[in-house]
Amino acid sequence: MMRRGCVICALVAVIEAGCRAGVYRDAMEATGGDPARGAAALRRYGCDTCHTIPGVQTAQANVGPPLTAIAVRTYLAGELPNNPANMQEWIRHPRAVEPRTAMPDTGVTEADGRDIAAYLYTLR
Amino acid sequence: MHRRVATVVARATPTAACLMPLRVFHSVLEPAGPQAASITWLWWVMFAVCAAVFVIVLGATGAAMLRSWMRSDASARAGESTLGAAVAAGVGLTVAILFGLLVADIRAHRIVSSFGAPSAISIAVTGHQWWWEIEYEDATPSRRLKTANEIHIPIGRPVVFKFASHDVIHSFWAPNLQGKRDLVPGISSAIWLQADRPGIYRGQCAEFCGRQHAHMAFDIVAESDADFERWLDAQRGSAREPQSEEALRGRAVFLARQCAFCHTVRGTGAYGNVGPDLTHLASRGTIAAGTLPNSRGHLAGWILNSQTIKPGNQMPPNPLEAGDLQALLAYLEELR
Repeated sequence: MMRRGCVICALVAVIEAGCRAGVYRDAMEATGGDPARGAAALRRYGCDTCHTIPGVQTAQANVGPPLTAIAVRTYLAGELPNNPANMQEWIRHPRAVEPRTAMPDTGVTEADGRDIAAYLYTLR
Repeated sequence: MHRRVATVVARATPTAACLMPLRVFHSVLEPAGPQAASITWLWWVMFAVCAAVFVIVLGATGAAMLRSWMRSDASARAGESTLGAAVAAGVGLTVAILFGLLVADIRAHRIVSSFGAPSAISIAVTGHQWWWEIEYEDATPSRRLKTANEIHIPIGRPVVFKFASHDVIHSFWAPNLQGKRDLVPGISSAIWLQADRPGIYRGQCAEFCGRQHAHMAFDIVAESDADFERWLDAQRGSAREPQSEEALRGRAVFLARQCAFCHTVRGTGAYGNVGPDLTHLASRGTIAAGTLPNSRGHLAGWILNSQTIKPGNQMPPNPLEAGDLQALLAYLEELR
């Protein structure tokens, strides 16, 4: 009985790890960025001071919308169709996209924008 | 919730980054001045002596166990005659070692506490829950200046720090430069310190002072005499006039909204003294007493709702209109 439980647990863990690896691979392919570097960049630019972001321990704020399941959100900023190019544009130049937004231009570089988008696309 | 400022804090501007010395690892064992060196020396003396005593005691215990296991009862009883001498030697050695450590301690303490020069720079530090108010003293009142959380000192010159507390007991501790000193309400005290190498030395409140005690850090920036004088001159000045249309609007927001009740920006009519002086905010490397890097993104989140970042701090959430926020950020970033 115990043994069967262990086997099931191990199987679930393997399948889950496989799924997560798949999610990461998809996010990297879609954006060309690195999710791990993106998670670090998020904190460097202060995204975590306004947003709740799953997987980022310091990101528990409610100033802006939570980024939970942002990868499967239909619109970004309430107006842009959610795709990697728009995601990066919104992250890097929010005021150009929506002049009345409260989200500041934080000076995100192109490479960091790719990495941050890659991380956000792992949030399903 | 734990926040850490990246070990090397990115400066707001690349030019400022070039001028700034490097961040030094926060450690008692990497002294950068005579006071800290004497403390580190004492640390190593204590470590060596205690390690030797530990090894000897363990060795003696092991030898005794081995001997009692190998010997018969009769010979053990014969050994009791030498026991008195062994105990006397142990007590004598212990007294001698403790006396030696006492002498070493007094030597270190003399260096830590008796160091000074009449022409030294004098900095008054007041502890607040949870930030450090810094005032550079000067015989001429107009040359005194206030700032917060970031202290600049010239290398190779003794600096005197005078301490006071606004609320509870805090403790000023920059381990690379000096020992701890408590800031006790109603009691003033002072220490000397000197940095011999340029660097950014992190300091931390070392006495539990409430909910955000862990988020009460400061930086000591040790730089050349010329850089220090340049910094001091820049900090003495009033806030510069806003350079852009948006910054101009930002100043109006600052003065019209709640900011000016608590913060000072010299030269603008904002003379609140509840929170840190923001006259040259953009010149500082971190905000919220070392809690966040001083970047636009962090500043925005901090202004809008600092309570999710440093819960319990005195700054209330400020739900500004989006345009007002953007203008305010543009203004604050010009306060170099």
